[in-house]
Amino acid sequence: MKRLLFLLPLALFAVLAGYFYAGLQRDPAEIPSALIDKPVPEFALAPVAGVGKPGLSTATLKGDVSLVNVFASWCPPCRVEHPLLVRLSRESDVPIYGLNYKDKAEDARRWLAELGNPYRAIGWDFENRVAIDFGVYGAPETFVIDRKGTIRHRHVGAITPDLLDKTLLPLVQKLRAEP
Amino acid sequence: MRFVLALLAVLGATPALAVLPHEMLADPAQEARARAISQELRCLVCQNQPIDDSNAPLAADLRRLVRERITAGDSDDAVLRYVTQRYGDYVLLKPPVREDTFVLWYGPFAILALALAGAAVYVRRRRPDAAAAPAPLSEDEEARLAALVGEKDRP
Repeated sequence: MKRLLFLLPLALFAVLAGYFYAGLQRDPAEIPSALIDKPVPEFALAPVAGVGKPGLSTATLKGDVSLVNVFASWCPPCRVEHPLLVRLSRESDVPIYGLNYKDKAEDARRWLAELGNPYRAIGWDFENRVAIDFGVYGAPETFVIDRKGTIRHRHVGAITPDLLDKTLLPLVQKLRAEP
Repeated sequence: MRFVLALLAVLGATPALAVLPHEMLADPAQEARARAISQELRCLVCQNQPIDDSNAPLAADLRRLVRERITAGDSDDAVLRYVTQRYGDYVLLKPPVREDTFVLWYGPFAILALALAGAAVYVRRRRPDAAAAPAPLSEDEEARLAALVGEKDRP
């Protein structure tokens, strides 16, 4: 028993080392969202002028499982993920809504004209008011909203085909099965 | 002379502030509160820099938000709560003292106490105590000792 007491510091060190090792595996840029399982914020945003899609509000996000994609014409990773969203909008019936983040309407309009528009409705958040309510700290970010308008998942950074097939779409299917 | 002037200019220079004049509130008391709150909030883009020091656009947006809440009559705590509701405790540069952060706040003191206790036990063990001292000699032993000492003294 007394012998084992000498192992106590070693055991404590092992526990600490375990914590630190686990901590090192985390990406410090990925901040856990405070809004998971919370209702989407109350908001109503005007459309991006000249795109021909309606604006976005809280009411739009209730009724069906949907994706909300935060994008901006000035954001390179948005350009990377955009073809995936365009394809998704053609090949599936999952509604995708856009939150145009700190972007000039003219720039956003031109960007969508060039790359295609996967969004059913787009809220123009030039002043970063609604995005802050969503806890957004950069673009792109993508939220999965359930039927009741609750935020169920958030992805920071560009969507990849892998993420879409293994995480986002299965989650959408699962949430659609919920009452 | 020129050197002295240059030296004065360098020494007299103040660090550039991220807070731009047009962001500031007219009321100095409110502005001071906003500055204090901004020092507490982490900029999420350039992490580990408070929004007060950061030039990131998001930090500017958050500074504006803090000032809007203050002008709307929020207390300091209410402003911080408003921001943490959106960004989580992560935006606070000083983590809150709560049950799930007790280990973080008090863990080092617990480890220190453990070390002190260990040191105390060690020191006490090393000190020879009364029980371990040899028993006084019996009469027989005294006699033998006297004999032996006497033997040695004999020429």
